[in-house]
Amino acid sequence: MAEVSLRNIWKSFAGQVALADLSLTVPDGAFVVLLGPTGAGKTTTLRMVSGLDKPDHGDVLIGGRPVNALTPAERNVAMVFQQYSLYPHLTVRENLAFPLKSPLLRTPAAEIERKVGEIAEMLRISHKLGNKATQLSGGEMQRVSIGRALVRNPDVFLMDEPLSSLDAKLRADLRIELKKIQANSGATLLYVTHDQIEAMTMATHVGVLDGGRMIQFGPPREVYENPVSIRAASRLGQPRINVLPADLFGAAPDGAVTIGLRPEQIAQGEGEGSLVTRVEHLGDQTRLHLSFKEHDLITVTEAHTELKPGDIVPIKPKKPFYFDASGTRID
Amino acid sequence: MARIDIRNVRKDFGTFTAVKSSSFTIEDGEFFMLLGPSGCGKTTTLRMIAGLELPTSGEIYIDGEEVSQKPASQRDIAFVFQMFALYPHMNVRKNISYPLVSQGLPRAQVRQKVDEVAGILGIRDILDRPIGGLSGGDRQRVALGRAIVRNPKCFLMDEPLGALDAEFREHMAEELRALHDRMGATTIYVTHDQLEAMQMGDKIVVMNHGVVEQFGVPQEIYDWPATMFVADFIGSPPMNFLRFEGMVGRGTAQIMLGEVPVEIPELIGAAHGNLVLGVRPEHVHLNDSAPYRGQVVAAEYLGTTQIVTLDTPNGVLKARISASEPVKSGERTGIDFDPRTLTVFEAEKGRALISHANEGVLGRG
Repeated sequence: MAEVSLRNIWKSFAGQVALADLSLTVPDGAFVVLLGPTGAGKTTTLRMVSGLDKPDHGDVLIGGRPVNALTPAERNVAMVFQQYSLYPHLTVRENLAFPLKSPLLRTPAAEIERKVGEIAEMLRISHKLGNKATQLSGGEMQRVSIGRALVRNPDVFLMDEPLSSLDAKLRADLRIELKKIQANSGATLLYVTHDQIEAMTMATHVGVLDGGRMIQFGPPREVYENPVSIRAASRLGQPRINVLPADLFGAAPDGAVTIGLRPEQIAQGEGEGSLVTRVEHLGDQTRLHLSFKEHDLITVTEAHTELKPGDIVPIKPKKPFYFDASGTRID
Repeated sequence: MARIDIRNVRKDFGTFTAVKSSSFTIEDGEFFMLLGPSGCGKTTTLRMIAGLELPTSGEIYIDGEEVSQKPASQRDIAFVFQMFALYPHMNVRKNISYPLVSQGLPRAQVRQKVDEVAGILGIRDILDRPIGGLSGGDRQRVALGRAIVRNPKCFLMDEPLGALDAEFREHMAEELRALHDRMGATTIYVTHDQLEAMQMGDKIVVMNHGVVEQFGVPQEIYDWPATMFVADFIGSPPMNFLRFEGMVGRGTAQIMLGEVPVEIPELIGAAHGNLVLGVRPEHVHLNDSAPYRGQVVAAEYLGTTQIVTLDTPNGVLKARISASEPVKSGERTGIDFDPRTLTVFEAEKGRALISHANEGVLGRG
């Protein structure tokens, strides 16, 4: 396993800037999740490391070694994509064994058999080893794709939304599985997703990308509790952070243009009245859609609240975030 | 708009039974969710309501009229698929107009209706654009527009948001629900995503292996599952199952987890042997002085809350607690349960025992 470093990477496609002076260090053994809206540069970043694309400027280092000039095959990285790419004419066993059968590796047959068995067990596809890839469900195919990356011993794993095509249950299971595999093997993993729950639960570090720039990098808890800007704050948290005029609840610090309130930063039962417009029961929690001085906000309340649309709830900010005109956090 | 009654509907494909004798009612104007894992029979059920499949037996009533053996064209419903099937060579307006033009509606009327629908969906400004250059969301809106424009009695949607990415899915889910609230049309919606079902649905039917496991209001199904399947399928993380042996019956208000007594809602039903105590993660509290003990295996941070995984003598237990509570992996802790929220299941049958707490929900069938 190895540290991965991107230094001042610039990349444009047909005049469109995809990455703008992006720097990122994935520490050895870290699980780094890149978060960001569509077009933020997440996948492009991954392709820089894999070698599928080359930077216009800047350096990519794997294990301290510059790899800009190396082809994807020479970089010793393993990739898993959203769309599983298996060999349809091969069985699951053959698909899993394929990367080990490379003549360069000269893995003994018994060793291949052992590794394939181990990975299949871990991903719960042992009973399908003899099946052709085409006889699998989507979830099974994706597990085989992940398995095929895991059988090798790459310097770094690159994963591009590997769970997004799976159903919710399987996604939740594989989330824990992947985290466990990564933690136990000490693998370095760079992972791209839209799903903030994946980021929060699996990542040792979250990188928030926006417009081709890294706007915040740190442990999930730090990014959640101490966001540097509105954009960073909006990436994590469900329901999303409420961003409102700074003086809506009274005096605001100098330079503050907006106030940011996550659900836990809204105290209920004190302060000024807000009108309940919708009550959304999600089981473990209930979301309150509130209207406060002509502004909409969403917060969370206890699951069995008696509140109904039309009721009035007093609310008050509690340790809120303030942001300036550019959306940067003010302390 | 319509009320839809499904009575003992069954569907066999050769020797395989896709849907076993299912019954439920969709009230006029409801947003109704058919929820279950892949292969549970939810799409087959939807297709039978649509008339794309004919049931092997049973009846389907739309507004009191029995339609189970009628073709789709005579049912006055509109179907929205996961893969929005739009005509790529036509522009947005022509795509939305198509159902009306093929019904032979006068041109002025078509124009007016399309304009109205485009207004509802907020796509007036793209009416003359070709389909090719549209974003996923706009395509979805056009597909919806084509369904809405006919003014059908009922909308049927088969995972219409399945192909979208997580963030956009949430946005479209809100939009769909708001659209429903404005139009009030009966909508039947198939999904495998329990959160989507909880968030959008007025009622939910949970299906598994062709059988209706439970049918009701989301929060009631969540709180008082009829079966272990439902308890496990709904909720993230799902309901915890603590396994124990014992005997319970009418009037039992306390069970024993090992040596530790645990209060439960007073039971009406009875069972003995292998039993399961069901508890939702948010009703598990860490309390050092509690007699029931467990060891922290992992803590997953989620922002407002965290999920703590514990090893207990009765199995793995997940607790959802405030992220501000300090928890360390490896430490032993006492565990409390909110006694009003607990369900006891018979392990073999997987069914919930009726108690004073859940009889209001489960007693109705």
